[in-house]
Amino acid sequence: MALLSRRLLQSLFVIAGVTVITFITLHLGGDPTYLYVSERASEAEISATRAKLGFDQPLGVQYLRFAEGLVHGDLGDSLIYRTPAIGVVLERFPATLELTFCAMLIALALGIPLGVLAALNHGRPLDGGIMLLALLGQSIPSFWLGLLLILSAGLKFRWLPISGRVPLLEPLFAGDFAVAWSNLPHALPYLAMPSLTIAFFSMARTARLVRSSMLEVLSQDYIRTARSKGLSNYRVIVHHALRNAWLPVITMLGLEFGFLLSGVVVVETVFSWPGVGRLVFNAINHRDIPLVQASVIMFSLVFVSLNLAVDLLYARLDPRIRLR
Amino acid sequence: MSDPAAHEAANGPRDAASASGSWVRARRSLWRAKWPLGALVLLLAITFAAIFGPSVAPRDPNRQNIIMRLKQPMQTDRRGQNTFFMGTDGLGRDVFSRLLYGARVSLTVGVVAVLVGGSIGTFLGLVAGYFGGWLDALVMSLADIQLAFPFILLAIMFLLVLGPGVVNLILALGIGQWVTYARIARGQTIAQREKEYVEAARALGQGHAGILVTGILPNILAPLIIIASFNVASVILAEAALSFLGLGVPPTVPSWGGMLAESRDQLLAGHWWLAVFPGAAIMLTVLAFNILGDWLRDFLDPRLTAAG
Repeated sequence: MALLSRRLLQSLFVIAGVTVITFITLHLGGDPTYLYVSERASEAEISATRAKLGFDQPLGVQYLRFAEGLVHGDLGDSLIYRTPAIGVVLERFPATLELTFCAMLIALALGIPLGVLAALNHGRPLDGGIMLLALLGQSIPSFWLGLLLILSAGLKFRWLPISGRVPLLEPLFAGDFAVAWSNLPHALPYLAMPSLTIAFFSMARTARLVRSSMLEVLSQDYIRTARSKGLSNYRVIVHHALRNAWLPVITMLGLEFGFLLSGVVVVETVFSWPGVGRLVFNAINHRDIPLVQASVIMFSLVFVSLNLAVDLLYARLDPRIRLR
Repeated sequence: MSDPAAHEAANGPRDAASASGSWVRARRSLWRAKWPLGALVLLLAITFAAIFGPSVAPRDPNRQNIIMRLKQPMQTDRRGQNTFFMGTDGLGRDVFSRLLYGARVSLTVGVVAVLVGGSIGTFLGLVAGYFGGWLDALVMSLADIQLAFPFILLAIMFLLVLGPGVVNLILALGIGQWVTYARIARGQTIAQREKEYVEAARALGQGHAGILVTGILPNILAPLIIIASFNVASVILAEAALSFLGLGVPPTVPSWGGMLAESRDQLLAGHWWLAVFPGAAIMLTVLAFNILGDWLRDFLDPRLTAAG
């Protein structure tokens, strides 16, 4: 319980920090009014906008109003859509979550077995091959991988569609399981390329982490004991080694998820995926500051809560943490 | 970190069964010696391109030539004299020349941003670790806040407000890097603080600044240099992503990320070379820094290699 309340407090602190930093960033370039008006705006229009958005107030007052709006879920109106920015972001969020979850799944489903395989074949060609793949995975710009996939699997071989989406999470959120289920087979082909693109980097990192964590565990005394008890190789690896090699992977999950989320901004743009990432891209091009701000804050909120969840999960799985 | 002997014991039967531990070791060392060397050569070539780009580039990277637009790689112009080694883009600009110029942005931003972030982080970590107390608590809680949300998003906000440009890119990406250095420098400083040589320096009347700079800093530099090498790689990737989003350098300056952004419009028409070459340039540069980082880690900090 002490851990829970301490971590909750810490998360609130972080979120407050995020809002302060976004607020300061907005004011770094001088009077932010100029970000909201067109270049041809007259002096009268500028001062009207300034008064309307409250940029004529002292900074402290402005921040309090900003924070107050945030608590009420109000981050100003989007300049492109002319509706509350937070609503526009929330509408796109299921698409992004869907993509991120799918990418996470791929990264783990490929990264963990690859890491285990490399560790079990330590120093042999298979290990070298997997590590080379991991090195490549950490060096390829994700959006370039996306472009290459579009060129090959999309345009040349025509295996997969290069853009578009069939909604999965929206019907699920609406409680319409039948629709979500019947959409699934149609949704997967659209999900395949973008999620693989995002997953590649995390897969590489997961494989490296699992490998070194496995190698460390495999050298422990209890593994030797298990082997000398005559347990089968499979039992030793799955029940004794993997269970303990898991822990660092779980710690990483939260951070990795945040990383995937930020990778989404670029990759969604490449595949014209209708999520928050592409929204941010459009908002950048139209200099829609409230929309970018709302997206950044939403991403941070999700990230912070995920990290919180991961920490609590970790504490449950590893009794040693609870003792501290 | 596991020690190699225990490792050997755990994997004993299989390693022995290969009956040629020395062969494995030899091949591994060969592997390690070959790749870093290649990476170094590659980085020297890229640095050369970044510095001497203007004199070695076959053409002006911004000269448009509508007649010669979208030429495939290795095609020549009408008189059959100039070969467009990597083809031309939608405005008839020479892709190879743009690639050479683009090395400048990527390398400058990558290296300088890491220097900026590394210096800030190392300084804060040293001070926090050495003095402890409220200063330490302050620095570390700032670090926690920053680690708790994906920094690239803040970089997006920052560049959107301040506008694109090399200096703003360096600031946005550099400030994002300090946390790693601060944490490592702090941990190392705490470990060094109580060593005899520090106490000796103190007894001899050396000031705090002197002890930190001439005593502790040289002793904690190795892990920081290792991190820096990997860090340049990830900053170059982030710079490319930001340029791809249109937040990098202004469009008049050729950059790899910017070239990829422009290639997107030509992709559906199958003009593959516009996407393949700049992306490959980014990948090779990042790969080289990653390989170098791996090698530096083996070389500077043998303790870290035991677990692979």
